[in-house]
Amino acid sequence: MLTYALPLSAALFAIGTLGVVVRRNAIVMFLCIELQLNAVNLAFVALSRQVGIEGQLFVFFVMTVAAAEAAVGLAIIIAVFRHQRTVQVDRFNLLRW
Amino acid sequence: MTLDYSSSFHYLVALLPECVLFVGGMGVLLAGVSKTDEQRRPELGWLALAVLAAAAVANGWLYSVSESGATAMIAVDKFRLFANWVFIVGAALTIAISLAYVSRQRLQAAEYYALIAFATVGMMVVAASRDLMIVFLGMETVSIAVYALAAFNRRDPRSAEAGLKYFLLGAFASGFLLFGIALIYGAAGSTNLQAIAVAVQDGAAAGGLMIPGMALLVTGFAFKVSAVPFHMWTPDAYEGAPTPVTAYMASAVKAAAFVAFARILFVGLDGVYDQWFPILWWIAAATMVVGNLVAVVQSSIKRMLAYSSIAHGGYLLVALVAANDAAAAGLLFYLFVYTVTTVGAFAVVVTVGRQSERDTAIEKYAGYGWRRPVLGTLMTLFLLSLAGFPGTGGFMAKFYVLQGAAEAHLWWLLVVLVLTTLVSYWYYLRVAWFMWMKEAPEGAVHRVGGATPFAIYVVLLVCGGIVLATGLLPGAAIDLAQGSVEGLRHWVAGTAPAH
Repeated sequence: MLTYALPLSAALFAIGTLGVVVRRNAIVMFLCIELQLNAVNLAFVALSRQVGIEGQLFVFFVMTVAAAEAAVGLAIIIAVFRHQRTVQVDRFNLLRW
Repeated sequence: MTLDYSSSFHYLVALLPECVLFVGGMGVLLAGVSKTDEQRRPELGWLALAVLAAAAVANGWLYSVSESGATAMIAVDKFRLFANWVFIVGAALTIAISLAYVSRQRLQAAEYYALIAFATVGMMVVAASRDLMIVFLGMETVSIAVYALAAFNRRDPRSAEAGLKYFLLGAFASGFLLFGIALIYGAAGSTNLQAIAVAVQDGAAAGGLMIPGMALLVTGFAFKVSAVPFHMWTPDAYEGAPTPVTAYMASAVKAAAFVAFARILFVGLDGVYDQWFPILWWIAAATMVVGNLVAVVQSSIKRMLAYSSIAHGGYLLVALVAANDAAAAGLLFYLFVYTVTTVGAFAVVVTVGRQSERDTAIEKYAGYGWRRPVLGTLMTLFLLSLAGFPGTGGFMAKFYVLQGAAEAHLWWLLVVLVLTTLVSYWYYLRVAWFMWMKEAPEGAVHRVGGATPFAIYVVLLVCGGIVLATGLLPGAAIDLAQGSVEGLRHWVAGTAPAH
């Protein structure tokens, strides 16, 4: 079980990381970050089968925090869209990226 | 009073400063709804300051409370309480320099001050956490509140952009932090720092998960403390955010990340010191070199102070690499002095910008010292302290960190620290040179008029006083810092690897 779940989680995490680095659309970057967080959740659940209940507990906190983060993050993306009419992070450069 | 968590009342006591501040922050929010806030903006700020004062009283009272054992999720130790002083002072000074800014920029005062209070609650939780779960929750409480604060000025496109960049990179860093925590949890079988230390020591955590977990955790924190090469977001976020928020981000938010980092490295991961030592060594050296060298070519004072804050992160990382009691005390002392100095410098930036984002170019400071001698003198003092000039708090802070590094025989890092400090004189003194030695260009409209708000003067005098006091008579503060780190590393004192 663990031998499948952990590599899968690592692969998902790597895809998420790659996505954040490669893509330039703020929404897609945020989606990739969510993918990372879900990779972490998978790792926690898989590990908690062997280690103990703490890992599953952690998953609930991660989900809660991810929801709060999404609320604030999407609000910020909307604020940027109102000014720039785009969410491509390489299209606006009032500040050097 | 001794806390053994036999009754749920003890949990409340252990988290008293956090509870006070959280409830108070809610109160500030509520006070904001009751009326359209046009005239009430400064009052809400004073209310937030009163709440912070109450939290400070609670924090002081916690010194009389002891805990049984050292494995509870929430630590009631002096390390936490000292860190809380840094956060409370940082937040209070930030609110004081925000009072006029918030009115002038017509920001939503209640939300603004409440977010600062909530972020401070998060910092306190971070400083208190003896469990990676609490570290994560605290860090996110801080981060989410500060994302919103960075993007707070909705009329300013730069503020929104700064918020977006800070948010994306901050959430990205949280991902690394979390994956690291997951792997460490898998290796050690617990998220409790003491349990992790035990597992590492017994060799139970020797599996292939511990080292990658540690590396990912260090990467996540390197983002949070804006260490090179994970610093890209810092200059943009600091430059675009409203100036008082920048002051807060550069001081208290940074301090919180360092405090958590220190506790994790010194307590939980001390057994794998040999593995994280080279990683942090290189990060610290790169941070000092890159931060200082890039700061030299900056033309905006906010951006220069952002790179300066990266460079100071490098000095603080040296204290982490040294990983002994002297360095830990130096770290706390440094954080306190650095917080006060940075907010002081930003208070001047806010005043020069006349409570807006104008005049952040360093050329605009030409001749400013002669026109506003008090502000000019204090700004010079803060810059000298940031540079580490003898007689200022910044010098003593660097001195104590160097002492810790020398005890750990980190000679090369020590050389890098001293050399990059010499480089930093160039860009700090350049601002002072503009203020005192350059004439304002012909026809430059640099309005001096408009009284400096009373609160800013108070902040400047408090900051200036602390910078001088810690520089000339550092005894009391460093004694307090040394007392605060006693016992932090006791668990591994006998087993610490030969550094």
